[in-house]
Amino acid sequence: MAVRRLHPEQPPHFSFSAENAAWADAQIAKYPPGKQASAIIPMLWRAQEQNGGWLTEPAIRAVCDKLGMAYIRGLEIATFYTMFQLSPVGRKAHVQVCGTTPCMLNGARALVDVCKRRIAEHQHELSPDGSLSWEEVECLGNCANAPMVQIDKDTFEDLTPALLEAVIDGFVLGNPPKPGSQIGRTASCPAGGPTTLKDPSLYDGSTIGSWKKRFDDMAAEAAAAAVEKTPPSALASPAHKAAVEAGVSPSSPGGAGSGGPGAVAPINPAALAAMANAGLVKELQARGDGKPLPPGELDRLKIDAAKSHPGFGVSSSAPAMPDLLKEPRNGEPDELGLIWGVGDKLADKLNAMGIWHFDQIARWTPAHIAWFEAEMDGFKGRVVRDKWVEQCEKLATGWRPDSDVGERPKE
Amino acid sequence: MLHDRDRIFRNLYGFHDAGLKAAISRGAWDGTKAFIDKGHDWIIDEVKKSGLRGRGGAGFPTGLKWSFMPKADPRPSYLVINADESEPGSCKDREILRHDPHLLIEGALLASFAMRAHTSYIYVRGEYIREREALQRAIDEAYAARLIGKGNVHGWDFDLYVHHGAGAYICGEETAMLESLEGKKGQPRLKPPFPANVGLYGAPTTVNNVESIAVAGDILRRGATWFADLGLPNNTGTKLFQISGHVERPCVVEEEMGIPMRELIEKHCGGVTGGWDNLLAVIPGGSSVRCITAEQATDVTMDFDALGKLGSGLGTAAVIVMDKSTDIIAAIRRIAYFYKHESCGQCTPCREGTGWMWRVLERMERGEAEKREIDLLFEVTKQVEGHTICALGDAAAWPVQGLIKNFRPVIEARIDQYQKSHAREAAE
Repeated sequence: MAVRRLHPEQPPHFSFSAENAAWADAQIAKYPPGKQASAIIPMLWRAQEQNGGWLTEPAIRAVCDKLGMAYIRGLEIATFYTMFQLSPVGRKAHVQVCGTTPCMLNGARALVDVCKRRIAEHQHELSPDGSLSWEEVECLGNCANAPMVQIDKDTFEDLTPALLEAVIDGFVLGNPPKPGSQIGRTASCPAGGPTTLKDPSLYDGSTIGSWKKRFDDMAAEAAAAAVEKTPPSALASPAHKAAVEAGVSPSSPGGAGSGGPGAVAPINPAALAAMANAGLVKELQARGDGKPLPPGELDRLKIDAAKSHPGFGVSSSAPAMPDLLKEPRNGEPDELGLIWGVGDKLADKLNAMGIWHFDQIARWTPAHIAWFEAEMDGFKGRVVRDKWVEQCEKLATGWRPDSDVGERPKE
Repeated sequence: MLHDRDRIFRNLYGFHDAGLKAAISRGAWDGTKAFIDKGHDWIIDEVKKSGLRGRGGAGFPTGLKWSFMPKADPRPSYLVINADESEPGSCKDREILRHDPHLLIEGALLASFAMRAHTSYIYVRGEYIREREALQRAIDEAYAARLIGKGNVHGWDFDLYVHHGAGAYICGEETAMLESLEGKKGQPRLKPPFPANVGLYGAPTTVNNVESIAVAGDILRRGATWFADLGLPNNTGTKLFQISGHVERPCVVEEEMGIPMRELIEKHCGGVTGGWDNLLAVIPGGSSVRCITAEQATDVTMDFDALGKLGSGLGTAAVIVMDKSTDIIAAIRRIAYFYKHESCGQCTPCREGTGWMWRVLERMERGEAEKREIDLLFEVTKQVEGHTICALGDAAAWPVQGLIKNFRPVIEARIDQYQKSHAREAAE
């Protein structure tokens, strides 16, 4: 932690120039209404720039007034963030020498020595004529061009003590050198030229649009796979399956030849496993009589199975979103807290998701419950365990429980 | 070996124009609308399948992180992009911001769409002033071309704003960044609640590194399989490596994940100064990870898992190379000073511990210490590690632990030498 205090001598007054005041309004507009405090760092920074490179107490107050913040909040920010200079800096240049390990390994200590000799013995101290000052800062993120200094907005990289002297001379004479590498490198490219990115086809536009072919291939592949694969159905007998594959099954909906994808509502393999565990396959087979079921029938069977066997069939359905409403019908939501197991908080959450009425929940299928549980982390099994659907079926008829927390469903 | 055509950042060094027209000719904004038309979940699924792990240091799977965002929430969702690159050794995001900003802007749109966010903030570290200006220019171009903004050509209203910090390393921690973005001191928040539930302005928020976001467009363009086939299992894709310190030609370079460290240094940097045999130690992932010895560096690959096994880490893939001329105690002491300077002061073990560790290392660098203090120092690092709200305490402890683990004889020799010379002084 850096301990930083305001300078003992402060000017009496600060106000933004007209241009900067307009700029500040544009900054505040970036953030949602009421969140204008977000703009404090950019505004303090602009105040520092306007004030010749250091931040005064009147400037902090002015920014706080503009943003409707307590002064202490502004003071906290100004002392916490180390780029805010709390004492005057050199008129011509404030040299920030990066001293952290990557720069140190490449000679940053020698750069600090140059600053001590050329500018002032201590950091944040003005040179005798007030034109220069320096400080050692923590990593400036130019490590592949170490060692380096930053002066105002620009970085001067790949320095030696002699090169830093030249940079400082440039600022003193009002003729600063070109920013960036001082030994002629381009950005962080290896000295002597790049080892990569030499393929001219990267730059002639020849790669544009190649994703289209991939998308077309993928679509074609998916279509081919869909034709090949018959949806798994445990209900179909082997003989029937063969008939479906051959496309000659007389019992396939739509008749022979159309027994392809979508004719039989597919069963999720995980659901099958769960059904087998619950001893339900036999039951389903009995009800289906070994024949494929018409579309929709299977879903209905699964719902029935889930209703009569709590805890089963919930996670085994692929989630599907139930009907949601942006707002309650006629502006009158049902009191969802009347469902046993649903408190005020949960009721608010349900409303936020678009669930306002008992009959919405009464219509939930296992797939809808799976969707809901995925939305509400850590909620697994509660809807079924507490029998929300049954409770809501009852509540939707107009029946009301004795207690306002609902009536505990019977086991 | 990675071919040029598999590299994502084609203007890494700024040899070409960073403007919109040139970026489009290099492949940016190509097919963006088609990806958006595929839907929110398709994008998240592709990114999951690509195996992309966050490029900011922790390596959390990016697609998974995106899928944590709530799908039906009355509050607005936010994407915050972490461009507060401050980890000593790291200098990759800077190149993206100033040379390939359109890849970042396109990625920001795609990621925001996938997470159903209409607003995104890019938090750029305060010192990157020119980089911020370059980014703002690119954003203005994208607005003017109606690639982003209200009623843009992609059919998903999206506002992208540049925000900046003012020199606090801790703001790179995701919750400190949110505090800072809200106009407060950058002091990390306790988790949970995680930002995906309660983030910026109390709304669902995801914070991602610049590189993680900037590669999203190319992953969708070229396919999750393309990305997943590069690199090693569980460490897929390409990565910007930053090599600094004692190498012949330090640089930033995009390479395949899992490239052997030695190959990386010799192929792109002209080798270690004075040859591989002159290598002393490497900090492979930015200052926060434990250093590894030359012996370990000889056959380690640059990926999360291999470096993790050595007790170090890939971090941001900022490789700090130290040859035998290095005073390793001084190098680590300077890192300790960095953490002392950058501790936010919120948790006592970190605020006091970082300064304590630095002061002891200052003495050890001169040899002015007792040998038993080495164990004491190690013990204190263990008291800091894991006892703070954020990972800065860990980050401050690990380099010191790496020093003691790998270079204890160097510290002991320094102490012996000091005692010997001072014993003679006393005798004379």
